[in-house]
Amino acid sequence: MYPIVETEALSSAAHKLVVSAPAIAKKVLPGQFIMLRIDEEGERIPLTVNDSDPEAGTITLIFQPVGATTMQLETMKAGEALLDVVGPLGNPTELEGATRACVIGGGLGAAIAYPQAKWLHEHGISVDVIVGFRSKDIIILEDEFKAVADNLIIMTDDGSNGNQGFVNVGLQKQIDAGVDYDLVLAIGPVIMMKTVAEVTRPLGIKTLVSLNPIMIDGTGMCGGCRVKVGGEYKHACVDGPDFDGHQVDYDEVMRRNRQFTTQEAQARDHVCKLGR
Amino acid sequence: MATKYNMQAEKTPIAEQDPVVRASNFDEVALGYTLEEAINEANRCIQCPKKPCVSGCPVGVPIPEFMKELAEGNVARAYAIVRAANTLPAICGRVCPQETQCEGVCTRGRKGDPVGIGRLERFVADWALDNPEEAAAALAAYTQETEEGQEYTAQKLSQYKVALIGSGPASLTCAGELAKRGVKVTVFEALHAVGGVLVYGIPEFRLPKDLVAREVAAITDLGVTFEMDAVVGKLYTIEELREEQGFDAIFIGTGAGLPMYLGIEGEALNGVMVANELLTRVNLMKAFRFPEYHTPVYAGKKCVVVGGGNVAMDAARTAKRLGADVTIVYRRSMTEMPAREEEIHHAEEEGIHFNILTNPVRALGNDEGWIEGLECVRMELGEPDESGRRRPVEIEGSNFVIDCDMLVVAIGSRTNPLIGNTTEGLEVTKRGPIVVDEATGATSLPGVFAGGDVATGAATVILAMGAGKAAAKGIVDYLLQD
Repeated sequence: MYPIVETEALSSAAHKLVVSAPAIAKKVLPGQFIMLRIDEEGERIPLTVNDSDPEAGTITLIFQPVGATTMQLETMKAGEALLDVVGPLGNPTELEGATRACVIGGGLGAAIAYPQAKWLHEHGISVDVIVGFRSKDIIILEDEFKAVADNLIIMTDDGSNGNQGFVNVGLQKQIDAGVDYDLVLAIGPVIMMKTVAEVTRPLGIKTLVSLNPIMIDGTGMCGGCRVKVGGEYKHACVDGPDFDGHQVDYDEVMRRNRQFTTQEAQARDHVCKLGR
Repeated sequence: MATKYNMQAEKTPIAEQDPVVRASNFDEVALGYTLEEAINEANRCIQCPKKPCVSGCPVGVPIPEFMKELAEGNVARAYAIVRAANTLPAICGRVCPQETQCEGVCTRGRKGDPVGIGRLERFVADWALDNPEEAAAALAAYTQETEEGQEYTAQKLSQYKVALIGSGPASLTCAGELAKRGVKVTVFEALHAVGGVLVYGIPEFRLPKDLVAREVAAITDLGVTFEMDAVVGKLYTIEELREEQGFDAIFIGTGAGLPMYLGIEGEALNGVMVANELLTRVNLMKAFRFPEYHTPVYAGKKCVVVGGGNVAMDAARTAKRLGADVTIVYRRSMTEMPAREEEIHHAEEEGIHFNILTNPVRALGNDEGWIEGLECVRMELGEPDESGRRRPVEIEGSNFVIDCDMLVVAIGSRTNPLIGNTTEGLEVTKRGPIVVDEATGATSLPGVFAGGDVATGAATVILAMGAGKAAAKGIVDYLLQD
C-alpha cells in the first residue's frame, strides 16, 4: 500500500496528490512516470511524476480528473492509500547538452513539464517556460515556474489573462524576437505538441514531446502504447515516453487514444453511481 | 504380488463443460476426475520397468510410484510424491503439454491411449488444495524418507539471501526449491499479482486464478517473501540488489513478455492488438467483468487471430467468450500447428474457425481508422526449413479479404531487454535471451543465474520450471562453495 500524504485541488482541472513511495522517490528523474492502481477493481493508469522528495520518501502526482480512475483519485484523502504504485518507468528526459531551452506545457502538461524546467534551472541551463491554459482561473504552478524560468510566458485560449493564444503562438513570438533555442520540450495535448513541432521543424530545433498513450502494464508487454516514430513502431512505456517531436505520427496517436471512448464513459458512470 | 492392471485401451474420460455453454463463460473447461475415476485411470499404469515417463518429465516426477499409490487409493501419499518433485502440480496438471512429454512416451500409448498422467496430477493436486493439513503432513513424512529430503535438513543455508526476479513458473519453482533448503528468498515482481504468465497470460477457463493463488500461498508458507510492484532494472538494479540489499545470489526469471508484430500495413489501426494486450486486460485486469472492474476490453463482432500456438488458441477462445465470431489464420497446415492438441480440439469444439495455409498481407481500415478487413494470401508447403517443418510459400495472386472488426496478433514474443540493458557484464544473445549454462542456470556474471523463457525464448511452463529447479541446485552449489 502507498499512503496518500497530502492532497490539493490546484484548480477545477488539476488535482495534486503527494504519495508515500520511498523507493521510487529515491530513483525517479524528470520525465519518468509511474503506473498506479487504486484498488482491486481499479485500472492501471500511467501518471508522470511531477516532483519527488527522496528524504520524505514521497512523490507528487498532478492529474486532471477526466476518467473513471482520475475522478476516483480526486475524491481520495490524506491517510487513504493506493493499492499499487509502480515505477519509475520510462526513460528520463534527455536534457543534458542543452544551452538555451524552452519548456512548453499545455494545461495539465504544465505540471508534467515542471520537473524538467526545474532540472534545467538547477543545472545552470537557461530555460524559458511557456504554459497555456483554457482560461485564467485554471492557471497552475505559476509561482513554481517563476522560480525556475528565465522568462515565464502564460497564454490563455480565451485571453482572460490578457495574453490570448495557444502556446505555439508564444513560442513563435520568442523565436521571432531572436531567441535561439537549442532544445524545445513540449508536453500536453497531442494536438498542442503537434503544432509546437511544426513551429520548430523548419528551424531544425531539437524538439522532444512526451507521449501518454493507452497503457496497461507499463513494462513493454501489452503493446497498447505503440506509436509510430520515424516510420517505426515504438513502445512509449519502455522506449519513451519522450520522442523526437519531428518524427511522431500525431494523427495516429490521437486516433488510437480514442479507441475506448465508449467504455471510458461507461466506467465513469459506474464510478459515479458508486458515489466515489 | 499379482496386481491386476486396468487394460482399458482409452483414457478414463474427464467431465468437461458443454462446449456451447462454456463458449460464453470464463469458468474452467475440464471439471476433473472423481476418486473412482482417478483410481481407475491410475490402474492403467502397468509399472513398466523402463519408466520412460520419468525421463519425459522436465522436473522428473517419479510417475510410476505416484500411480501405484493412487491406484491403491493413497491420495495423500500420491500427492506427496508428485509435490516433492513439482512445486506447482495443480498448474502443471492443467497446462503441461503431456502429449509430448510424459504421456508422449508412455508404454501404454503404443497401443491405445497413454495413461492420463496430467489429469491424475491435477486430481491429487486439487485434493491437496482442499485438504491442506493432510497434504502437508504427507509431504513432510515423504520428504523425511528421501535422501534428498534428509540432505535439505542437514544443510544450513538460512544465512543466505537470494533474490528472484519475476514471479512466473521458473522463479516460483526456484523459490520453492531454495526455501526447502532454508534459503531466505525474496521474489521481486513488476506487476501487482504473483504468477507472471500464469496470471496475465493463461486464461481463467484453462487455469483458474484462485488456484494459482493457492499454489503460490503454499510457497509463501515456506517463508518466501514477495515484493510486488518492483520493476528490477528500474526501481533496483541487479548491482544494487547485491551491494546495497545484500543478496548473495540472484535468479533472473523475467520471461518473454515482449510482443512480436506482423510488420504489415494497418497494424496500428483501432481494433488491432497483440495477444498480450487482450489477455492482460481480460486475465490480469479482469476486463471480462467490466465495468465492475474498471479496465475495458474491446471485443468486435468478427475477430481474426493470427498465429497457431497456445497463445493464439487462448486469444481466440477469449475473444469468443467476449462475444466475437473468431477465425484463426495460420500460415502452415494443422499438422505444423505448435499449439497443444487439446487446445486446438477445445477451440474447434467451441466453434472457432480455422483458416490454415493463409498469411496476412495488410489490414484494411475504414474512414475512422478502425479495422474492417484483413487481406490475406494463400500459402502452400514447400521444402522443410531449419525447424524441420515444411516452409510455407505464397501462392501468387491468391489474395483475398476476410471481413473483421478485430484483429489479434499472436505470433510469439521475445525476452524483455530491461535487465540485460541495465546490467553491465551480463551476456545476452543477439536475439535477446540471456546466455546461461543449462545445467546450473549460471550466467556470465558470478552469482547471477537465469532460467525459463528469458534464457530460452518463449517456451512452456514446465520447461521454465525445469530451469528454475536446475538453477536452484546451481545456486545452492554456488552458495556452498563460498
